[in-house]
Amino acid sequence: MINKTTNQKAWFFVIPVIILVAFNALIPLMTVVNYSVQDTFGNNLFFWEGVKWFEDVLNSPRFHDSFLRQMAFTGTILLIEIPLGIAVALAMPRKGPWVSVCLILMALPLLIPWNVVGAMWNIFALPDIGLLGYSLNALGIDYNFTQGPIAAWITTVLMDVWHWTSLVVLLAYAGLVSIPDAYYQAAKIDGASNWAVFWRIQLPKMKRVLTIAILLRFMDSFNIYTEPFVLTGGGPGNTTTFLSIDLVKIALGQFDLGHAGAMSLIYFFIVLLVSWVFYTLMMRNET
Amino acid sequence: MARINLQQLKHSYGSTSGGEPDYALKEINAVWEDGGSYALLGPSGCGKTTLLNIVSGLLVPSEGKVIFDDVDVTNMPTSERNIAQVFQFPVVYDTMTVFDNLAFPLRNRGFAESEVIPRVNEIAKMLELEDSLKKRAARLTADGKQKISLGRGLVRKDVSAIMFDEPLTVIDPHLKWKLRSKLKELHQRLGITMIYVTHDQTEALTFAEQVVVMHDGLVVQTGTPVELFEYPKHTFVGNFIGSPGMNILPAENINGEIGFEGCLIKTSSKADLQTLQGKLEIGIRPEFISFVDECSDSNNSSAIPVEIIRVNDLGKFKIVEVKHEQHLIKLISPEQYSIPSLSPRIIFDPDKTRLYADSWVVD
Repeated sequence: MINKTTNQKAWFFVIPVIILVAFNALIPLMTVVNYSVQDTFGNNLFFWEGVKWFEDVLNSPRFHDSFLRQMAFTGTILLIEIPLGIAVALAMPRKGPWVSVCLILMALPLLIPWNVVGAMWNIFALPDIGLLGYSLNALGIDYNFTQGPIAAWITTVLMDVWHWTSLVVLLAYAGLVSIPDAYYQAAKIDGASNWAVFWRIQLPKMKRVLTIAILLRFMDSFNIYTEPFVLTGGGPGNTTTFLSIDLVKIALGQFDLGHAGAMSLIYFFIVLLVSWVFYTLMMRNET
Repeated sequence: MARINLQQLKHSYGSTSGGEPDYALKEINAVWEDGGSYALLGPSGCGKTTLLNIVSGLLVPSEGKVIFDDVDVTNMPTSERNIAQVFQFPVVYDTMTVFDNLAFPLRNRGFAESEVIPRVNEIAKMLELEDSLKKRAARLTADGKQKISLGRGLVRKDVSAIMFDEPLTVIDPHLKWKLRSKLKELHQRLGITMIYVTHDQTEALTFAEQVVVMHDGLVVQTGTPVELFEYPKHTFVGNFIGSPGMNILPAENINGEIGFEGCLIKTSSKADLQTLQGKLEIGIRPEFISFVDECSDSNNSSAIPVEIIRVNDLGKFKIVEVKHEQHLIKLISPEQYSIPSLSPRIIFDPDKTRLYADSWVVD
């Protein structure tokens, strides 16, 4: 057994981290908390409001709508990106010169700044001059993402799939290549089918990396802002107004800081709660 | 059950086109009898795992044939060969229970549950795994997992041979011995051919009836532990087996007799020295060297004067390192014998002194 010694000096070494975290997380977060319980009309005059803003947000149909849109979006992209990512990772070569080619191709979308991704897809999908938009219309499909809600949705989802599936691929690939050959050899000897190899060896061995992939994709897509903002601006109407776009509209468009503060905290809490529940469930059986 | 016959096996991992390929296996000819227990013994990189993978069908040899009984299985996939293999690191299907792990090979082959259940229970009992059948396989310790790997081979009644690729590497030392005895017991009980790859001579010599010593892509000797000890066919075998290994000393032809740095040496070889080609060496195990008793045979002409370098007292015996000219010789001296201090001389037991030409023994 290890005997733990008490040494209060240890706190001293943690101070730099505490300062760092304070400036980049705690202080901004406390500012938001501060706004969320007060009302202001400018001139640095604040009035105590208690939980009124929280009640407002939770009862607001506008919040419900953007929350549902957000859930639908995150659900859709997870359902597409995770299986697609695994499939691509399975199809990638494990050895030889093509490995690095594939890895670089996969990493490319991840290296592009988010607003550039939005701008690229905006131009790509424009019905009159964009390659995608023009081609679809030329084929006789009525496609205009600036006016049709369904077209706007599909375009936003496609853009996210294009941008982020690579992340799932890279994580899943890392999980796959770390499986020792002996597992595949044992499976051959045991007469396992390809499906059994996937289900009994590859998927369980990828469980940890996939947990991380799902968590990252959940959090990032739940917080998505830049790309749909550049692509559709939340429109047409409110059809692609996700939580963070709505939040910015309230905070900076309407300058409704109390409402926005309360919404931020609820938003933050939802992300935290879902991530925690998911992670706990996934890691329940790990030794 | 099958007799395994390897004919002119060669294997190279690189491409065989253009230039002389780098052979991991140079040429292997061997017959392994049905129901035998064999150990493939050799240092890392000698080709023993390659050979094992060729027999189990995970690799197709570049040249040569693998024959089970009378069937040429060289190009037959592993799943059709009825071979089981236990790997160096335990392979278990983490998400399944121990029972499901053991049942996996049977279920994959479409056996009915009514056959699977009694068979799995029988094997679990043999391996002393009955208590953990309902546990998830991932929760077992390394030796438990290795037993599952073995069990997946044993459940199939049609298995011709079980191959072990250094199966005790990750097992705790005090459990190694236990698991090894278990293997031996199962071998005697089931009569399945077992082929055991290892670099550990103790494991090989205690497990197998026949030890196949490999060196640099070749089988240098196949024999019982006693044969390997008393009559190494290759200097490598002499050196690799035994602790300390055989002394290999340069030899020369002195008018038709064997000499070592001017001393005449008698060996077990009856060959005519004049016909021998290549580099001559003599090999003598430390166990068969003794100090000359000054009183009785002071005139012994074949005694070699030496200088004592170091004595390691191991309790039951002493390992004495001595030097003649520039050559270090190790000998084992029983504890009760004292080591002469004044002008020590040693003699070799002529019946156990071997002559080697280009590393291969000369009869």
